[in-house]
Amino acid sequence: MPAITLTVNGHHHQVAAEADTPLLYVLRNDLALNGPRFGCGLGQCGACTVLVDGQATRSCITEIGSLEGRSVTTLEGLAMPGRLHALQRAFIAEQAAQCGYCANGMIMAAKALLDSTPEPSEPDIRDALAPYLCRCGTHNRIIAAVQRAVREG
Amino acid sequence: MNAISRRGFATGLLLSFSFGPALAQQGTPPQPRRLPGSLQTNRRLDAWLHIGADGKVTVCTGKVEIGQGAVTALMQIAAEELDVLPGRITMVSGDTALTPNEGVTSGSQSMEQGGTALRFAAAEARAILLAKAATRLNAPAARLTVQDGMVTAPSGNGISYWALAEDGLLRREATASARPKPASEHRIVGQPVQRLDIPAKVTGGQIYVQDMRLPGMLFGRVVRPPSYAARLLSVDLDAVRRLPGVVAVVRDGRFLGVVAQREEQAVKARLALAAAARWDVPASLPEPAVLHDALKTLRHDTTTSSEKAGDAAPVAQRFSATFTKHYLSHASIGPSCAVAQYAADQASLQVWSHTQGVFPLRADLAKVLALPPEKLRVTHVQGSGCYGHNGADDVALDAALLARAVPGKPVKLQWMRDDEFAWEPYNPAMVIEVSAGLSAEGKVVDWTHDVFSQGHNNRPGSPQNGINLMPAWLLETPHAPPYPRATPQPAGAGDRNAVPLYDFPNQKVLHHLIPVGPLRTSALRTLGAYGNVFALESFMDELAEAAGQDPIAFRLAHLKDPRGRAVIEAAARLANWQPGTRGDGTHGRGFGFAKYKGLSCYVACVVELEIDRATGTIRIPRVFAAADAGQIINPDGLRNQIEGGIVQATSWTLKEMVRFTPEGVTSRDWDSYPILTFPEVPKVQSVLLNQPDQPPLGSGEASQGPTGAAIANALKHATGLRLRALPFTPERVKAALERN
Repeated sequence: MPAITLTVNGHHHQVAAEADTPLLYVLRNDLALNGPRFGCGLGQCGACTVLVDGQATRSCITEIGSLEGRSVTTLEGLAMPGRLHALQRAFIAEQAAQCGYCANGMIMAAKALLDSTPEPSEPDIRDALAPYLCRCGTHNRIIAAVQRAVREG
Repeated sequence: MNAISRRGFATGLLLSFSFGPALAQQGTPPQPRRLPGSLQTNRRLDAWLHIGADGKVTVCTGKVEIGQGAVTALMQIAAEELDVLPGRITMVSGDTALTPNEGVTSGSQSMEQGGTALRFAAAEARAILLAKAATRLNAPAARLTVQDGMVTAPSGNGISYWALAEDGLLRREATASARPKPASEHRIVGQPVQRLDIPAKVTGGQIYVQDMRLPGMLFGRVVRPPSYAARLLSVDLDAVRRLPGVVAVVRDGRFLGVVAQREEQAVKARLALAAAARWDVPASLPEPAVLHDALKTLRHDTTTSSEKAGDAAPVAQRFSATFTKHYLSHASIGPSCAVAQYAADQASLQVWSHTQGVFPLRADLAKVLALPPEKLRVTHVQGSGCYGHNGADDVALDAALLARAVPGKPVKLQWMRDDEFAWEPYNPAMVIEVSAGLSAEGKVVDWTHDVFSQGHNNRPGSPQNGINLMPAWLLETPHAPPYPRATPQPAGAGDRNAVPLYDFPNQKVLHHLIPVGPLRTSALRTLGAYGNVFALESFMDELAEAAGQDPIAFRLAHLKDPRGRAVIEAAARLANWQPGTRGDGTHGRGFGFAKYKGLSCYVACVVELEIDRATGTIRIPRVFAAADAGQIINPDGLRNQIEGGIVQATSWTLKEMVRFTPEGVTSRDWDSYPILTFPEVPKVQSVLLNQPDQPPLGSGEASQGPTGAAIANALKHATGLRLRALPFTPERVKAALERN
């Protein structure tokens, strides 16, 4: 099996897996990261979202062979030592989760949104999160959390 | 606050519980005293609580976290009654080896059953500690005060719980003789305490069963038949065995599975195994267009849910209508997952599962796997939100069947998306026929409600013969599911909320339970209540219109229940409801109300609706809701449940139906089973009516029925179109508007 070098959360990792392996399985099983979650394996729900070179990307349909030389950021990579990211703090403050299984995708999508649009309107937030599914009905709190993160940065 | 570490169990978290037999009784055994909540069935104090000399408190609950915040609310109750800070408490939930057996976490009963038990158990533990402290401090117990476990006498002398703690302190049967605090003294209960589990969920902490990583763990996947009725003609297992990383390939009848070293290898082997299998797929389901007619022709067992006769004015006008709903999927975002590990000698098995009932799951697993229950430990670990009986239990058996092929090795198995959509037990399709007579004065004088539905409660652990774990039905020697029986009123199941809360002098409600129907069914949030309230509350609007009355005034004219009236009036006020307004063809508003199960949380809601008549697309911009859930344990958690229920029910009402053909289920991904997305989600404003001196009532299932009905009523208000068939998808609405 070839070894592939991945850059995840600023660290380089040699991964012994086939080039067509979905990034999600490598993140979860080889790198023991829990943030990205398997929801559909089809790129439909967004639970597995990571940032690749800053772009929100579905890790369940992204093959690791396409990622050499590129930089992957997961939910775990958002926080600074001793300080959670503003979005994470805001999700806790707004209690913006019920089961929380979709939270990873919501936070990563919001991160990509705020990086490109630092002060989004509410419709901007709804549109940016439209491809991310939540089943518990926590949408309004998630919007409120993104707005809080904008406010409190 | 400590999120319990499952790794802690593996390394032997020390818990000094005794689960010995009840104390031997001499002479005539006295009738055991009736104890409150789940204390009745788990009577020992040390099954619930442990006070450590190290200043730590362990609270054990048979109820589990399924994203509803129950474990946090239970922690609040224990902290309140013990007078300790929440940070001292570790919650242990849902483990056949460690916690009380509280059955299934369902029916919105965690507060009523588990909360009540903990409240009395903790109050009694506090009283036992105070009695000891009184002796040590030489002061009457009634004069002692407690702050975070520090007991202080009027003299100023003090002693802590931790100094008083000793083995066996709580090794006794509960008596429920210590009175819990009155609401006026609550400092933790009633507060919006932050959920224990949310930090891990937003930072990538290890919290879900999907996150478990055990030494030597392998990965499993299953291959399901293409339909319920498909026959396996042949399968070439050898080709799959030769694939990279494959450790085992399992076939037992129509049950097919693989175990591999790496997860992606298991996924590839699953595809190869599916391709290697040849199936005969007969046409065995009805044409979806005639589903509801087909349901009524099936065998059904009829029970009377309610019947009453009284004096009433003569009927001046008679009305009847038929309402229908389709099968709904739980549609959890994360497919079901479990980890199973057999001992190397195969004599015992441990399973980690996001089941709602570790003990019922263990009971069915033990039967299928032919192990004594005591050799089988089931530990709850959180999963994706389930909203009822999804694939959680089934996948635990799948994992166990694969783990049996690799003794000593843990096997993690997460279903793929289509495994969940095509095989989970759905919320049943329903046909609801209602009729009513109105008096000349516009009062309902008689009422009938007939509901036809498959079973809403086909969970594992049935006391009857049969197994409610789907993989067991596929084995070479298959198990059969138990014969579904009606759940008695007042809670009911298919007939849940079919009995009106309104004061009708004559009524007859019949439940026609279809034991065997086209698609597999079981419990989804509200069971039959969503469908029944949709019918009942739609029909109330139809009758109000016939009587020339405002829908809210019409309901109040038929309702004496003061808490119900207060909730209806609160929702009307919040929404600034004005009687007599008319929809303008594209905008409208509608009302819906229910007391969940007829004995739990009250919710009334007003929805605002917009419709694009060209496409038939309905949008719900805003919902106003009022709720009375008795004593509020955690107002933020309550609000989250009520509002989440409204959003989920908006999704059910506007978008959802399980699609199938005679050959099988075709809803297999999020394109073929779409749910509500961010731009479509209504804003929700809610008001909570606290009843500090009433028992707490579950709220997770209270708002869905009123929401569905309110949307139907708003559509009528906006357009004049009365739709009685769910869901209100654009194509169905457009077609109906054209017919209208």
